[in-house]
Amino acid sequence: MNEISEVSASGIAAAADTALPARREVTIDSHAMNFGPQHPAAHGVLRLVLEMDGEIVERADPHVGLLHRGTEKLIESRTYTQNTPYFDRLDYVSPMCMEHAFVLATEKLLSIEAPVRAKWIRTMFDEITRILNHLLNITSFAMDVGALTPPLWGYEEREKLMEFYEAASGARLHANYYRHGGVSRDLPAGLNERIWAWSERFPAFIDDLWNLLTENRIWKQRTVDIGVMSAELALAWGFTGPNLRASGVPWDLRRAQPYAMYDQVEFDVPVSRNGDCYDRYLVRMTEMRESVKIIRQCIEKMQPGPVKIEDRKFTPPPRAEMKRSMEALIHHFKLFTEGFHVPAGATYTAVESPKGEFGVYLVSDGTNKPYRCKIRCTGFSHLQALEVMTRGHMLADAVAVIGSIDLVFGEVDR
Amino acid sequence: MSGTRTGSMAWRLILWELLSGMAITLRYFFKPKATINYPYEKGPLGPRFKGEHALRRYPNGEERCIACKLCEAICPAYAITIEAEPRDDGSRRTTRYDIDMTKCIYCGLCEEACPVDAIVEGPNFEFAAETREELMYNKEKLIANGDRWEAEIAKRLELDAPYR
Repeated sequence: MNEISEVSASGIAAAADTALPARREVTIDSHAMNFGPQHPAAHGVLRLVLEMDGEIVERADPHVGLLHRGTEKLIESRTYTQNTPYFDRLDYVSPMCMEHAFVLATEKLLSIEAPVRAKWIRTMFDEITRILNHLLNITSFAMDVGALTPPLWGYEEREKLMEFYEAASGARLHANYYRHGGVSRDLPAGLNERIWAWSERFPAFIDDLWNLLTENRIWKQRTVDIGVMSAELALAWGFTGPNLRASGVPWDLRRAQPYAMYDQVEFDVPVSRNGDCYDRYLVRMTEMRESVKIIRQCIEKMQPGPVKIEDRKFTPPPRAEMKRSMEALIHHFKLFTEGFHVPAGATYTAVESPKGEFGVYLVSDGTNKPYRCKIRCTGFSHLQALEVMTRGHMLADAVAVIGSIDLVFGEVDR
Repeated sequence: MSGTRTGSMAWRLILWELLSGMAITLRYFFKPKATINYPYEKGPLGPRFKGEHALRRYPNGEERCIACKLCEAICPAYAITIEAEPRDDGSRRTTRYDIDMTKCIYCGLCEEACPVDAIVEGPNFEFAAETREELMYNKEKLIANGDRWEAEIAKRLELDAPYR
């Protein structure tokens, strides 16, 4: 837009219309440009108002709220069981990690703990979710800067992972699998073997993706030293997750305050130094390798056992028991209508979602519905630093920065 | 991977990393294709898949739903509407069972709540319609779905029974 108007003001217009009496010079200081919400590189519905000086970004003003659905308010009018599906729909690229945060928060208020097998299942599916998320992010980031092959391959691998999702929960995306006090059903027989077989082949795919991108000169020209965040800046702007670790801060909630079974598995937390788009890519690639390691350890260490706590005040009885025993039937009816009452109190519980720290601040007033649920989403704090990261860069670099900070608007707008 | 080698000037001059990348794409070019010919071929579906709803009958033809309204109570999207009154033979049955499929979020809680396995989320995922009205399912439509998919639904429930 800017270029055209400048050229037409000074060059083409003057040359073409020699008949005009006097040549008019127009100088334009800066230009406001609308980026999105329909732009494919806006990752959903980001509307970015850019003030441009030529092709240099002077100011980037993200406008959010186009995907606002009032989730936090909806949560207040639904029971705890009814609320878990709403968490799938926040960050729809990593649904099970979102559920995990809410389920953990409720369990903390109820002072209950999921059985060991349920925790292993949760750990394993958190890591499957992490790979799902990073595959989509890295490959669509590559597409944003012009590489069209990675997304096609990435979707093929995501398809395999979504089949595991479907086998366990019955849905490929919006799982509603984690429940208060466990998971909804045990893993079907044979699923662990399938995941194990997949985990043997998957590192070869990471290698291929790595060889395709990491040393590629076009990729490096577009990402190295673009959108640099120093460790101090990243902390000041509230970065978490891979974006923070790319700036050189070794902070990972799985390591810092382990939940589920993360204190029982061995994994490394990849940290990089420069905090540019390239380093964010490197951190995510390395995290995928670590996730495969964790998934394999989960399968090795998982023992048969219950996947829900046996307390019928919180989890519904098995169907066979419900059809046989009057007491179980009463519990079943009670749980599916009124739900359970949560003691009054408040908790902030956070998990390391693939994008960073995803937290739920849950206030209960002793009834069967949350009094208030504040969601601390990761993308919002990354988005607010967009201006710091893009100022002084070219317009095309703004696209690279948006791709590298891993935005999903279901979560930013809630 | 081979960072030090590709970093050297000579390797950069002969476009080594681009050539090796193209070698990978060439390898993938000759690999078997992952795509399937969709309307004729479909991906695998497990017995837990949450698709289009159906209301089931007992083998003797009597409808299972007893209008306990548990599904209506648990539905997070308030998509189910039920009205009921006693039938002439004294048994309690629904007079109206509506599901607004445009509201439904396919969480599967109705199926989990149903004490008589009447409402199920079946294996069908191809029920796109051209108008909204077609997606407001009533009792006739749901029972027709149940009759149509009964064999498959019964098999799925049997396969998944040990886990429920």
